[in-house]
Parts: sequence; structure tokens; C-alpha cells
Amino acid sequence: MGYESSVPLFWRLIKPRYQLIGNKCTTCGNTFYPPKFLCPICRKEGKLEEIKLGKTGKILTFSIVRSAPTGFEKETPYPVAIIELDDGPRLTSQIVDWKEEDLQIGRKVEACFRRIYTDGKEGIINYGLKFRPI
Amino acid sequence: MKVAIIGVGTTKFGEHWDKSLRELAIEAGTNAIIDAKVRGSEIDSIYLGNMSAGRFIGQEHVAALVSGELGLSIPAVRVEGACASGGIALRQGILSILSGQDDIVLAGGAEKMTDLMTDGATTALMGAASQEWEAYYGLTFPSLYAMIARRHMFEFGTTREQIAKVAVKNHHNGSLNPIAQFNKEITVEEVLNSTMVADPLTLLDCSPITDGAAALILCKAELAKKYTDNPVYIIGSGQASDTLALHDRRSLTTLDATVKAAQVAYKQAGINVDDIDLAEVHDCFTIAEIVATEDLGFCKKGEGGKLLDEGATELTGRIPVNTSGGLKAVGHPVGATGVKQAIEIVLQLRGEADKRQVKDAKIGLTHNVGGSGATAVVHIFSR
Repeated sequence: MGYESSVPLFWRLIKPRYQLIGNKCTTCGNTFYPPKFLCPICRKEGKLEEIKLGKTGKILTFSIVRSAPTGFEKETPYPVAIIELDDGPRLTSQIVDWKEEDLQIGRKVEACFRRIYTDGKEGIINYGLKFRPI
Repeated sequence: MKVAIIGVGTTKFGEHWDKSLRELAIEAGTNAIIDAKVRGSEIDSIYLGNMSAGRFIGQEHVAALVSGELGLSIPAVRVEGACASGGIALRQGILSILSGQDDIVLAGGAEKMTDLMTDGATTALMGAASQEWEAYYGLTFPSLYAMIARRHMFEFGTTREQIAKVAVKNHHNGSLNPIAQFNKEITVEEVLNSTMVADPLTLLDCSPITDGAAALILCKAELAKKYTDNPVYIIGSGQASDTLALHDRRSLTTLDATVKAAQVAYKQAGINVDDIDLAEVHDCFTIAEIVATEDLGFCKKGEGGKLLDEGATELTGRIPVNTSGGLKAVGHPVGATGVKQAIEIVLQLRGEADKRQVKDAKIGLTHNVGGSGATAVVHIFSR
């Protein structure tokens, strides 16, 4: 973000940021992470229910960031990936505890709780989920 | 469609350390007004594409800033769709004329990016992606497009060399374009050996950070001949959207928004893809041009790399792509890019593209993308 933000911004995202809590539409059966506020497939016919997703998945594609945005300068180089959870939804995050050979399409990974970045000099330390090879 | 372009104007694209957003916008707007031979007082509305003046220079309300500087009290609207802001400003100008409200419209775009350091600009640009679910985790635009590239290589066998050829071709075209930020030819080896930014993409796979502005004067088609003997008509306009986050899309290697916007534009123009003589497509990163040529139908899905090997998209090829030098070589002042693309097509259709001139160009296409594909705008132009 770059600017020092207020606490509610982080507070309201506690569930999906700190745990893999998404939701499922009981009308069409699709699972979403992060949770949706409206099923984009059924819209007004949809009915969303909270579900906890499993923490394992696989890498669909990846890159290694070498030129970082504000707040991540000291982390480079760090791998990022799009991960498909075994329960269906796809998400983007960082890969940690990696060796060169772990960075490949199809590699199995699992979620782990990590620090993401610090918001300015005296700002909030942001936490969330990264993924490690299993 | 009943809208014509009667005037075009740009600044040079590049690092304008001595010029503000205000100065760049006025320079491009004035050039377009002079080219169109209209009086400022004849303009009915202004649509200004600008992605993030608030982040780049701390200035919002930039459309009124520009109209005020021009001494005009007409409606002035800022249009924002990330890197597609310019293309959408053009589309809004067209709709404004088609609605019957306006006869003559200034549709422009401007962005001042070099007042921030590189990490600040990188952060500002990430506003085009999902702030909560991509940027939060340290993603950057190069890394998002790198993930598209990696997946394209995996699914279709596209090679790193084929991807580099986009930069080589576009730098060649840019070397022939006086407004381009880069006028230097490069080789495949130089692309592969330049600094790694987000594997597998290197510095020379990325469009640069650029200051610049571009403007078009649009008018009702039946008035066009009053101002110019050489009007260019807009015959198709399509726009579509997709999810902000790349990971939420149906495919990681097709931009569905591009496919949809193109379908609408082709249908409206009453043509098919074989009728297109040349195109300006959104090559913010080299891989983006490969994906775009496929999604626009210039070749089959997965064969964008082959198209480059065959030379089909070069200046003398079957379907020249990015004759201006594209975002890669001309530079990418985000809000101005979509308008600059239209200007290149206008110059080509008027026969004024000098050393870049495509022989007998009659129908041209522009393709402008916002973010990693959440917005796409396609326009089709004819003589």
C-alpha cells in the first residue's frame, strides 16, 4: 500500500487472510476464495455458505520478482505463483522455503502463516498465507 | 458508425523531466486542434484518459485541469480503466457524439510517471491489479505477465526466443518513429541477456515508464469533410471486462475480454479478421503481444510465437502489428497509450506514416488492455 493504513482495513479481512476461509454457492456448487459477496454465476439465485478450504494445492504458473514494489524491496528475489487449491479455487501468493527444483508447474504446495510486509516505518506488520513445497 | 477523426496530436514520448502533466496535455491537445483546423470554441466535450495522476503526481480532477488551461468551460470528464484509460476515453468520445449530445469532441490521454522513483511507480501501477489479493502479496505487473508467459510456454511450447522477437520487431519499428522513447534497434540476444525483472521476463521484455500525452479530435461523420479532405472513420468499437485478478479467470493464456471486445467490434464494422491491414496491440510486455495476436484472431490459439517466426507481423508482413513501435518502444504513459495507438492507425490510413508506412492500408485496428486483462477495448478504423 505504501501509506500507513488504519486498522479496520486489516481487521475485516482476518478470516480469509489468516485462514483459507472461502464460501460455496449451494445453488451452483462453485467454491470461492477469497469469499464472494455475491455468486457471480447465479447472482440473485445464488446462496453462499462459508467453508474452510484444505491448505494443499499445486502451482499453475510462477515467476520470481527481482524488482519489487514499495515494502518488498528487501525480500528480492522472491517467487510468486498462482496456486490451484485441491478444493478448487485459485489464488496468488508467494512460495517460501524453496529450492530451484521446487519452482515448476504442477509442484504440490501447502499454505503456511507468514509475515507479508510492514506498512511504513511505524505501521502495521501485515501477516497472511504463503505456500511451501511439500 | 457515424464518427470521424479529423485531427491528431501527441507529445514526444519519453522522460520529460522538464514538463508537467499540465504542459504535456496542453501540448498534445493543441497539436490535435491545429491538425483538425477547428477552433477551440467549437469543441463540445473533453474526455481525458488518465490512470493514476493521484498516485503519480498527487493531482486528481485532471480533466477540469486541462479544460481550464484550454480556457474552455465545457464538460470535461476523466476516464479511468488502468492502462486502457486512453482507449476508453476514445470510446466515450464516440458515444458522446453518437448520443447526439456533441458534434465535436476532444478525446485524449495523459500520464506523468517519472515524478516518482521506480518502486513508487511500480506500486502505483499495481493499482490496476487486485490490491487485496495480488498486490498485497508483493506481486508486480512484470511478474503477472511473466506468469502468463510461463503458462503460455508450458501449454503451447512457445519459446523464450519467440517472445524476445516481439521486442526486437517493435524496437525496429520504434527506430522509425520520431515520437518513440527508444529509437535503438536491439537483438534477441540482448533481450535474453538484459537484467532479469520477473523470470522469465527481462528488462527488454517490459514497456518502460514514460511521460506523454496524445489527443484526437472526433466529429460527427457528416461534418468531417468541412474540416479535412482526409478523415478517418471509426467503424467498430467494442469493450469488455473480466475479473481484476488474473487467478480468477477462466484461462491464464487467453484474455477473454479481448476476445469479446474484438467480436463486438468486428461485428459492428461488418468485417472479419482477414480484412484488417494492420493493428496496434497492447504490448505492455512482449508476451502480451503474442497473446493479443491470438485473441484477436490473427492466428490460431497458441501460434502467436510462430507468427513472429514467419515475420507475418513485421512492417512488410501479412498483418503488420505495432508499426509505431508499440508500448515497448514508443513508451507507455498509461493513460495516453490507447489514444496514441489510434493516432498511429490514423497516420497509416492517411498515408502519413513515412518510413513505417504500410502499403495500401485501408482498415486498421487498435487493442488496448487494462491491468492483466480485466479491461479490453478494440477499435476498428477505415479510410
